[in-house]
Amino acid sequence: MKRIALIGMPNTGKSTLFNRLTGSSARVANWAGVTVDLASARILLGGHIAELVDLPGIYDLHGFSDDERVVRHFLEAYAIDMLAIIVNATQIERQLPLVLQARSLGLPMVLLLNMADEAKRHGMQVDTVRLTARLGLPVVMISAKYGTGQPAALKALARTLDAALEIGPARHAALKSVLSDDVRIERETAEMMAEAVTLPLQLPEQVSDRIDRLALHPWLGLPLFFLAMLVMFQAVFWLGAPLQQGLTALFEQLRQLVLEPPAAALPGFVRGLLLDGAYAGFATVAAFVPLIVLFFLFMALVEDSGYLARAAFLTDALMGRLGLDGRSFVMVLMGFGCNVPAVMGTRMMRDRPLRLLSMLVIPLSLCSARLQVFLFIVSAIFQPAQAPWVIFGFYLASFAVMMLTALVFRGRFRNTEPFVVELPPWRVPTLRQVWMRGWMEVRHFLARATRFIVIGVIAIWLLTNLPLGAAPGGTATLAGQLGTLFAPILAPIGIDEKLTVALLFGFVAKEVMIGAFAVIYGLSGDALAGELARSMTWVQAVSFMLFTLIYTPCMSTIATIKIESRSAAFATLSVLWPLALAWGASFVFYQGMRLLSGS
Amino acid sequence: MVLICYNRTVNPETRNLSDLAPGQLAVISAVHADEALHHRLAALGFRIGRSVLMMRRGRWSGPLHVRLGATDVMLRRAEAGLISVSA
Repeated sequence: MKRIALIGMPNTGKSTLFNRLTGSSARVANWAGVTVDLASARILLGGHIAELVDLPGIYDLHGFSDDERVVRHFLEAYAIDMLAIIVNATQIERQLPLVLQARSLGLPMVLLLNMADEAKRHGMQVDTVRLTARLGLPVVMISAKYGTGQPAALKALARTLDAALEIGPARHAALKSVLSDDVRIERETAEMMAEAVTLPLQLPEQVSDRIDRLALHPWLGLPLFFLAMLVMFQAVFWLGAPLQQGLTALFEQLRQLVLEPPAAALPGFVRGLLLDGAYAGFATVAAFVPLIVLFFLFMALVEDSGYLARAAFLTDALMGRLGLDGRSFVMVLMGFGCNVPAVMGTRMMRDRPLRLLSMLVIPLSLCSARLQVFLFIVSAIFQPAQAPWVIFGFYLASFAVMMLTALVFRGRFRNTEPFVVELPPWRVPTLRQVWMRGWMEVRHFLARATRFIVIGVIAIWLLTNLPLGAAPGGTATLAGQLGTLFAPILAPIGIDEKLTVALLFGFVAKEVMIGAFAVIYGLSGDALAGELARSMTWVQAVSFMLFTLIYTPCMSTIATIKIESRSAAFATLSVLWPLALAWGASFVFYQGMRLLSGS
Repeated sequence: MVLICYNRTVNPETRNLSDLAPGQLAVISAVHADEALHHRLAALGFRIGRSVLMMRRGRWSGPLHVRLGATDVMLRRAEAGLISVSA
């Protein structure tokens, strides 16, 4: 008995045709080697009794969905004498590839173009004669629904089956070899999954979905995210501040008890360079390490939990209007840790304009180095209860200048990058994971910071103490002269000569600025904070911090931007634009506040 | 990669992924993306014949959150418009 397999895509009327051809004689049976029940029936075709098998609808003969496997396994396991492939004529363009795939199996085949009635209604015409010639197989227009074309279809099937009589086991072997590649891929995939793949600790789907209902809520999602961020920054501050004070006291003790006695023997200049320069600067910066460690640990927690990817979802609508996308937002958040890895992270974007616009925006994010500077100044100038809110305000200011920058430049860096990103399930980050990630970031930060800080702080001490004989930190020193030089530009935004020198070194690395204060004022710890509070008003302080936030990426970031953009012109823009923006923002704030307060 | 395209006006029953309402399940019937995006979509599971569930639609014309088997993906409406589905 001959066997005919009926194949086609889903929703092509395949089962309707099967029922029409077989009448009520069909039976559903289990076929060995095939996981689903298949309907089959005996029909009379010309002079033969043939068995017609209705196979599941498939889109791709070489695909790996369950139904596609069933069809392939069936074709491989059972001797097929002929294929009848059914195609929705109205979708022939999309479905023809499946016909060509089936033809390459080398089996006798008939193409049935179903829904002839619908095609006619759509004004479609199919030249079956030409199609027959082109495909090298009989093509018949039918309507399974109305039965039109059925006699012609049966005739074509019978004639093709007649011609297929002499096909034997050799052909079946050839068919097997065509499909064997796919079977091998299936088997290998399954083996590798079983052997080598262990799924990560993943919350049950329902729990993840329930969290998403809240975290991705249409109205609450975004406020919740910012609330979570606020809580995180509060926690960093709340946990880190006592540690920082403890370390400051410890470094002071160390200096008095361990370093000062032996240093007393040294000449004044060398002692000053070592203790007031290198040590004071280093100690002030090192006291911030616990805060930075906490910050990175919390960032790692947020990232590993899957919340960052949700942030991309929540913010993409806004970011899209700014000419960016949700991934840019995630990079900006990473930039709150350190701008350098965030700039490097833009590599995942393929579209150059989008990358450039992201790279222009990222350095404006308030990185941990700037956070250090702000924490120091804010805790010196503002009440402890106000401090976290002032800091949070600077995060908002950071977002605001980023948005402004994107709006200004989105026309120049117009992008066409598609936004298709996987959303990982919510995961419980393991302590080890968070620790490893956080520690890696901290180590990177420390390596970078110490290199710049020690050199930077020594350079500042020299600037504030040379030429020899000038009063340290006075206007006669090199630093004083630099401050006087820049005074016409920086005085209108409330920044005095001493702060100017700190800004000059902030260009190298923002971490240096705190150390610079210590050296410039010749004080450290609480005495330095007290002096800062005496020497500037809160308006001046905010203006200075606003300028520090925006004015220029640090040298490492600029170098990274230059490498990643492969453009010196773009790297220059990434320095000049923030400088102009910083001056403008500080000018508006400082002069505006002065006008308001009438002074 | 074969670029499968057809005139969508021919079959009014075909819809785009971007037309689905949250909670609606559909089967991907065609992907009309260029080669690079086609590969990316295929790698994430956007293959012809796969079922896709619309999880949620972002506010303010934001991205769509869809589920393909065990994989959740977010994509913009423009990209979802390149993916034809049938119920």
